[in-house]
Amino acid sequence: MKSTDFDYISPHTLQEALQILEQANGEVKIISGGQSLMPILNYRLASPRLLLDLQGIPGLNHVNISPSGTTLGARVRWVDIEEHPMLRASQPLLCAAIDHVAHYQIRNRGTVGGSLSHADPAAEMPGLAVALEGVINLVGPIGNRRVNAVDFFLGQLSTCMASNEILIDIELPFWPRERAWGFSEFSRRKGDFALAGAAVWFDLDKNATASNVHIGLIGTGEKPMRLISAEAKLNGQKLAEYMIQDVAKECLRAMRFQSDIHASEEYRRALMVEMISNAFAQALHPLKD
Amino acid sequence: MQVKMNVNGKTFEADVAARLNLADCIRHEMDLTGTHVACEHGVCGACTVLVNGEAVRSCLMLAVQAHGQEVLTVEGLSNDDELSALQASFRKHNALQCGFCTPGFITTAHALLSKEPHCDEDRIREVLSGNLCRCTGYVPIVQAVLDARVAYQKAGAL
Repeated sequence: MKSTDFDYISPHTLQEALQILEQANGEVKIISGGQSLMPILNYRLASPRLLLDLQGIPGLNHVNISPSGTTLGARVRWVDIEEHPMLRASQPLLCAAIDHVAHYQIRNRGTVGGSLSHADPAAEMPGLAVALEGVINLVGPIGNRRVNAVDFFLGQLSTCMASNEILIDIELPFWPRERAWGFSEFSRRKGDFALAGAAVWFDLDKNATASNVHIGLIGTGEKPMRLISAEAKLNGQKLAEYMIQDVAKECLRAMRFQSDIHASEEYRRALMVEMISNAFAQALHPLKD
Repeated sequence: MQVKMNVNGKTFEADVAARLNLADCIRHEMDLTGTHVACEHGVCGACTVLVNGEAVRSCLMLAVQAHGQEVLTVEGLSNDDELSALQASFRKHNALQCGFCTPGFITTAHALLSKEPHCDEDRIREVLSGNLCRCTGYVPIVQAVLDARVAYQKAGAL
């Protein structure tokens, strides 16, 4: 399939870009790597009048690591995360998840901001943004807006970003070195969209009691979310692997999963229990370097 | 829209529609038909080319986005009659049957071996997992890329 006809503009400053968005009156799509948008255009699921390319705007590809956390610019690509010398130490769970994003060629162009804006609940970046309690920075005609990732995603392929706003970066809170974490996802071919995935983290006190338990779900069909009910059951407990499966099963029972040619709802639900269990197993027994 | 890019060492200039993707631009505007187009949504890898030395899917990039960039297609990887190390290795290992996917495999493997000439089989399999082949069963392709590493290691040592 070929996309419908559109105009293309590649502004050189953020100011210029914002003016163009304002004048375009919603009939515009922002493009950067294009790895989510181009298929949508080729399938004619979207037919914007204008494409605004962020590639000519300097900046937006920053990776800042500080004692208060990590900031990833909108144009940071998957390959940039993979090859960054310090990111794996400062955000280990994020990096483990990003290792599963797409295939080699796509990783050279796909961006953090693109994946967040596209808001596919089967994608790793939106799921991790929610699981890690990230904050997304948007800039618009009346200034900056900070949005918690959990409020940013409204549903499948839908965010709270207005058509005259640009996603600048995402802030991830500081990650203590001793924090326990695990990531597990299943796809038929590594790099394809996950049928189910789970990102978990928690802190342990001196008595090995867990607090701050976070369970992020990828591929649930609605939007990136945390399994809050299971987190509540596991907080304050001395975690053991045998507990996880029962809690996950119970908390996922009422949740809706997609059913399609790739997998039935029942299969996806069972798979998610498995992914949560695997992720906790990793967190409880991390591989020694 | 006016675009200008370096393709296989030569300057290419044309007036193209904004919606023209790089794959179609390469095939229809440059008449370089070695780059193949199959799925047109970033799943099969047949259209892989190198942009500024990095493998990309040319169906998922607009020609206008390649303005000012350096593009290398499968035609740019070999001299006229001489087989490149990768091509020779593909031939030796029977790493192609119908040949439709081959340009995508060659460009992807070239990008990989140029950057990581010492990569192991797991890494090769991971990288090539983004390319589909319906004939070979992949084993000979992996063998061919493994075997071609030595040529890239030597080239890097020079």
